[in-house]
Amino acid sequence: MSELTELTVQNPVEEFLRMDRIPHIWCPGCGIGTSVNSFAHALIDAKIDTRNVAIVSGIGCTGRVAGYVKQDSFHTTHGRAIPFATGLKLANPKLNVVVYSGDGDLFAIGGNHLIHAARRNVDLKVICINNLIYAMTGGQTGPTTPNDVITSTNPYGTFDASFNLPYLVEAAGAVYVARWTAFHVRQLARSIQEMFAKKGFSFIEVLSPCPTLYQRRNKMGDGLDTMKFYKEVSKIRNGAATKDVALTKSGEITVGKFVDRERSDYRDLLHDRLLDSLGDDYVETEACTCQ
Amino acid sequence: MAKGSVQIVAERCKACGFCVEFCPTHVLALSSAFNAKGYHTPYMVHPDKCSGCDLCGMYCPDFAIFGHKDAAKETVAAAAPVSAVEAKEEQDAR
Amino acid sequence: MHADPAGVMTGTHFLDGDHACCEGALAAGARFSSGYPITPSTEVVERFAARVPTVGGTFIQMEDELAASIALQGAVWGGAKAFTVTSGPGFSLMMEHIGLAVMTETPCVFVDVQRGGPSTGLPTLPAQADMMQVRWGSHGDYEVIAVCPNSPQECFDLTITAFNYAEQYRCPVFVMMDEVVGHMTEKVVIPPPEQIEVTPRRYTTLPPDEFLAFKPGDDLVPDMPRTGEGYNVHVTGLTHDERGYPDMTPATQDKLVRRLQDKIKKNVDKITLYEAEQIEGAEVVVVSYGITSRVAQRAIELARNKGVKVGKFRLITAWPFPEKQIAEIAAKVKALVVVELNLGQMVREVERAAAGKAPVRFVGHAGGSVHRPEDILQAIMEVAR
Repeated sequence: MSELTELTVQNPVEEFLRMDRIPHIWCPGCGIGTSVNSFAHALIDAKIDTRNVAIVSGIGCTGRVAGYVKQDSFHTTHGRAIPFATGLKLANPKLNVVVYSGDGDLFAIGGNHLIHAARRNVDLKVICINNLIYAMTGGQTGPTTPNDVITSTNPYGTFDASFNLPYLVEAAGAVYVARWTAFHVRQLARSIQEMFAKKGFSFIEVLSPCPTLYQRRNKMGDGLDTMKFYKEVSKIRNGAATKDVALTKSGEITVGKFVDRERSDYRDLLHDRLLDSLGDDYVETEACTCQ
Repeated sequence: MAKGSVQIVAERCKACGFCVEFCPTHVLALSSAFNAKGYHTPYMVHPDKCSGCDLCGMYCPDFAIFGHKDAAKETVAAAAPVSAVEAKEEQDAR
Repeated sequence: MHADPAGVMTGTHFLDGDHACCEGALAAGARFSSGYPITPSTEVVERFAARVPTVGGTFIQMEDELAASIALQGAVWGGAKAFTVTSGPGFSLMMEHIGLAVMTETPCVFVDVQRGGPSTGLPTLPAQADMMQVRWGSHGDYEVIAVCPNSPQECFDLTITAFNYAEQYRCPVFVMMDEVVGHMTEKVVIPPPEQIEVTPRRYTTLPPDEFLAFKPGDDLVPDMPRTGEGYNVHVTGLTHDERGYPDMTPATQDKLVRRLQDKIKKNVDKITLYEAEQIEGAEVVVVSYGITSRVAQRAIELARNKGVKVGKFRLITAWPFPEKQIAEIAAKVKALVVVELNLGQMVREVERAAAGKAPVRFVGHAGGSVHRPEDILQAIMEVAR
């Protein structure tokens, strides 16, 4: 392979990765690694001091992101990344706290935590990789699995309704809601960068192929076929009403930025309330840190 | 004349084909050679067409490939407000 | 080091156990709590919610106990000393995150104001029936530290002890109260801050490039990094190596899980707390803890009045269990009497430690009220014959 260039320059994303842990565990054609590129580029472009970026993940394929990014990173329990992140942010507000987890983790076992963090408007940046399935455990039906697909726990096909994530998160109170797919690498990077500029509960859904456990069982081809499908059926509709962006097995995928609004975040509200009620007795602190 | 080039760490590649498929100037192809894990890794079949846009790097789920501008032509590339490549990529996305 | 004066309400107060526990937490340096309301524990966080904004810190009421028990761990990694408070049903939900705190060596305090169970049980009435749950409730092998206050004063004192142990050994520490101790009001003396010893967090002094997050020191406990200072620490509930990286092999599992146990087991003599009175020459020794020890005290006095030589042994740490001490006592007495508000939990440990050297008589009931001293007295008199 004489055509290959010798390594003379370093991939800029490597600086943000624990390269001593690469290769990672994700399957060929999985889009999680692709999303991590967009994340790393967002950090580069936003010129954020990465010492102040902390990543919190739950459990599952996407839950492993925390183990590959070279920031302070916390791989917590199933569904509980958001409450961990809430404590981390409230105790140490200088941190940009990113929750990077999967659809099953965030919306099934962790669903209650997600809606409450959005309601409170805790300043968290949530990146949800949606592969429409529980992949780590072998392809079981999840809260986002569309109708009429075969999973290991719905061997005769799924039939119950799935969540429309942007609609749910907007209703719960998020100030920023977007959806992209693993195909939209630059748009995703820009969206993540926007999220870093935003204060409050921000949410990006990223559709990702799961060739091993979703596509294969449904004869949908491999990861590349799914990426081509995303390219073909995605329509960018910024500002689309989230109630209209539900996903189906093979229909159009509406992508874009759906919600971008202002609302005081939890800490500001808490601060204002305490100052108002306690006056001079209120002891303001930058952080709750101990010696 | 190429404005950029790509770097490949063949041993990380899992041959998903994303870089080959989505390279806007069709620089890459999967080679017939295998890496240690048995995957056919990409190579530059049209190196002269590489713009160094790094879309291959953005797509690569395995951090195995990335594109970079040729240092000598960096100033020229940087001067262009929006490259033709990026414009095409936006169009593709729609 | 000494307590931060901001959190110390020095003086003589008339407080119930729940409020005293809150003051203990503040004196120990707790500046974060995440809670979820549950009787009979809620007063602890109600007071904290009122007090902490005047001290400099945060309270947040979470959506459930799962969230409460992990938000505090996020806060700890953010740099705070933190705790949560609950009772039986909430404690059951928190089991998941006790395991996480053990595995990630997160110093934190859980307060369980025990009530009757199983399930919703007796929300407003006492029990001591979570004593085995605290030891074994989360999955996997681990050791815990649990203290059992028997008065509002001890709710203050032992909450400080719990925080200090948590920081020293980097593990979750439990304050096992009960409804009666939580709700009884007594004199509580809060000393001046310079008389309160507080264990500081074991922050590393190494720079990031020399620091391994889970490499233990000689005492088997690793030092902690400060989040946001470039340490790029990775913290996971998966089995991990000294870098904190997942490494799921039998060898790493054995090394890690043994160390997590050994850091407590090998320090048992430093950790174990108990109160022993008139053990020398005793015919019978009564073993109890928490509120039950207050009732047992009355029975012991009545028995002594009847001429029986009765010793008192009170567990202050239920875990680690004072195994050695009980074994020594069992070798010298006619019998042991174990009194607790359950149908037989710590008595199993006493029997195990006594190892047949002395018979063990159990006095317990399923909770809802404290014992009647007469029932304990009767047991003492029967075994003393």
